[in-house]
Amino acid sequence: MNGLTFDIAHLLAGSLVLISFMMLYQDRLFALINVFALHAVVLALSVAWQAYIQDAHHLYITAGIALVFKAIVIPVGLHRIIQRLGIHRDIETAVGIGPTMLAGIGLVTLSMVLMLRVTPEADPLAREDLAFALSIILLGLLVMVTRRNAVSQVVGFMSLENGLVLAATGAKGMPLVVEISVAFSILIAFIVIGVFLFRIRERFDSVDVGALDDYRGERR
Amino acid sequence: MSSTVALLLCGPAALLATAILAAAVSRLAAATRLVYGAALVISATLLAIVASHLAGNPGAVSATTLPLGLPFTGARFRLDGLSAFFLVVVNLGGGITSLYGLGYGRHEPAPHRVLPFYPAFLAGMNLVVLADDAFSFLLSWEFMSLASWALVMAHHRDEANRRAGTIYLVMASFGTLALLLAFGTLAGPAGTYAFDAMRTAHPGRFAAGAVLVLMLLGAGSKAGLVPLHAWLPLAHPAAPSHVSALMSGIMTKVAVYGFIRVVFDLLGEPAWWSGIAVLLIGGVTAVLGILHALMEKDLKRLLAYSTIENIGVIFASLGLALAFKANAMPSAAALAFTAALFHVLNHSFFKSLLFFGAGAVLTAAGERDMEKLGGLIHRLPVTSFVFLVGCVSISALPPFNGFASEWLIFQAILRSPELPQWGLKVIVPAVGGMLALSAALAAACFVKAFGITFLGRARSAVAERAREVDRWSLAAMAVLAAFCLIAGILPGLVIDGLSPVTLSLIGDRMPVQMAEPWLSIVPIAESRSSYNGLLVFVFIAVSASLAAFFIHRFASHALRRGIAWGCGFDEAVPAAQYTAVSFAQPIRRVFGGFAFRARETVEMPAPGALEPARLKVDMHDPAWEIFYQPITGAIDFATERLNHLQFLTIRRYLTLVFVYLVILLLVLALWP
Repeated sequence: MNGLTFDIAHLLAGSLVLISFMMLYQDRLFALINVFALHAVVLALSVAWQAYIQDAHHLYITAGIALVFKAIVIPVGLHRIIQRLGIHRDIETAVGIGPTMLAGIGLVTLSMVLMLRVTPEADPLAREDLAFALSIILLGLLVMVTRRNAVSQVVGFMSLENGLVLAATGAKGMPLVVEISVAFSILIAFIVIGVFLFRIRERFDSVDVGALDDYRGERR
Repeated sequence: MSSTVALLLCGPAALLATAILAAAVSRLAAATRLVYGAALVISATLLAIVASHLAGNPGAVSATTLPLGLPFTGARFRLDGLSAFFLVVVNLGGGITSLYGLGYGRHEPAPHRVLPFYPAFLAGMNLVVLADDAFSFLLSWEFMSLASWALVMAHHRDEANRRAGTIYLVMASFGTLALLLAFGTLAGPAGTYAFDAMRTAHPGRFAAGAVLVLMLLGAGSKAGLVPLHAWLPLAHPAAPSHVSALMSGIMTKVAVYGFIRVVFDLLGEPAWWSGIAVLLIGGVTAVLGILHALMEKDLKRLLAYSTIENIGVIFASLGLALAFKANAMPSAAALAFTAALFHVLNHSFFKSLLFFGAGAVLTAAGERDMEKLGGLIHRLPVTSFVFLVGCVSISALPPFNGFASEWLIFQAILRSPELPQWGLKVIVPAVGGMLALSAALAAACFVKAFGITFLGRARSAVAERAREVDRWSLAAMAVLAAFCLIAGILPGLVIDGLSPVTLSLIGDRMPVQMAEPWLSIVPIAESRSSYNGLLVFVFIAVSASLAAFFIHRFASHALRRGIAWGCGFDEAVPAAQYTAVSFAQPIRRVFGGFAFRARETVEMPAPGALEPARLKVDMHDPAWEIFYQPITGAIDFATERLNHLQFLTIRRYLTLVFVYLVILLLVLALWP
């Protein structure tokens, strides 16, 4: 493997992590969704690059799926939902941006240390990819944990899934079935959660999941 | 040879189907008859299958693997000599209990809380006995525990029953935890959960000791070994009486099965000291169990405590078998082991019989407190006769079955001087002394149980108005009484029937008994000892009939009613009779001090005052305070704290999962 292909793969995966960081400090929903769309575009590029260097043509399909669904269909759908719900002005982080960023740095460090320790024999490209993928997964979880709004939790969940796709394409010889099933399960989850959003909205006049807790008579 | 066990597995499946059906129809009037009838037919069928298997080739092993359960292991089931014997115990008891339930179940105020769980409970016990891998065993064991817990909670409006149910649930989980750890130790690092693999792998000395201790905790807590017994006298009587009979008579035996299966079969050669632990615990359990029973005035609780005593006797005998087996004395080990299994069978007979009798008394008089009963022999003549048979059997009086098995146990104890280790030489006779003491106390206990309940005069209006119970119940009790007599006068039949089990687990057997002249049994050699139940029975029958004939011939024919147990007070009120507490007082004075920390206080009225003097007795169970209160307290504390976790916000749940994930990753990253 020559240096350039490695560097480009590294660059793309690294920028995915960087965009995950960007998600952490978006406190407007539209901005968050736009960043997610960017995340998906970079994922598509990264997968396409993997397809090129591994000479695995089926990965182009995965890249296409990522581009079409995650960078276009889902963000547009979420934009519409937000407009219909009229919540585009909400500011809704539960934890301050500073601590969240610090926690994110800690998580990336953790996943680097862990992955480089447990995979000393693996192909260096796959190794880097796995470390980045784990960072993205953990950052996606962090987005879910630090947000109150159901829409941004959905976005966090989908960025987590992007990390899974990155991990799956980074290793050679992963069959396409896996990615398609994962992508479609995410699409289904998106639909289900969208339906749920409307249900919650109808019932409580808000998509703040805290309303559910109020309904159960709990105090926070 | 997988056909037999596959056929047998249809039984639990049919019982489970009955349970589901019962849940659907339990509010119909015919449901009681339907469910107990179905359980009776299924138990009888299972019994017939096992009997035909035993008649064909008793030593044969039949195994099958179902594609369920753990991957690579599957759900394995196996029928060998030991499981066949316990299947007989379970299904004989289950069948007769179903027969009793046909009548007794009609008085049940809430049948929809009993009917669905009853067949499920039977199915669980059958599956435990058939299971051949740790996963199926534990699953069936938990299923059995949960079904019996639901039955304990059948009358849940009573505060005492709810408490009993909670404690039972806690102790059942504790026992299963111990079993889980025991099987985990047996499976070893390779994680082979099939019993076949455990049989061939020999654990090290430390692991074997740990498994023995864990089995004593796990199976012992279900069976009721001291000091883990305290749940048993709460939970067993709380269930409806026929279920109490199943729990006390049969489920404790399934626990004994679990112990035997692991310690005698899977664990390989025992160490000589393993016998000491089991012997001592068994002896202490026997004495303390029967002392508690003597102090009781609630009939069903008395029976539950007496179950603890019998479990102690069985475990002492198993400990003896372990000691002999470890010292390569197979004939003595076979004797002790046969005695233990014989006592298992006998106890399932007479304890079921006695609980049925208690249920009949409860139906007839609506009362379990012996201090409010009395004089029932005139109102319930048949029940009192069969109850007397049960009392005589459990007191180990010839010619009934209790004597035969306990006599065999003492025969085994008499071989202890041949043991090489001095520890065993000293301890075995001491345990023998404890067993003798408990046998004597058991006799006193059941004199009290029968005398206070059935003899004398009625102590309450309900006891005076009691009516004989229905025919189904009487038939079930009569069948059990007949079994007690038959096993007592033909013990050789049972002993020979047990020989395949001892052959497979001990490697030796007792001498063939049915070949002995005049149906005697000879445990070792005729020159040492022999017992002939039939002869004793004939002698007792002839001498009793002669005595009755001469008394009636030469004394007056007229029926005379005097004041029974008058204690010198003619024309006294019924309350002045001997009571259960006063009967037990001498024994309480002797043993109460150390066994129960009993204290008596007498409150004398002031001179000239007219109120009566009062005697107050204060008793505690030390096991309760030392073992149970800390455990239940810790669990209550933990659940109280963990309860908050049930009401978190969605975001906090996510946070919780996230934090655990990060901690796990950190451990992985920092692990050296």
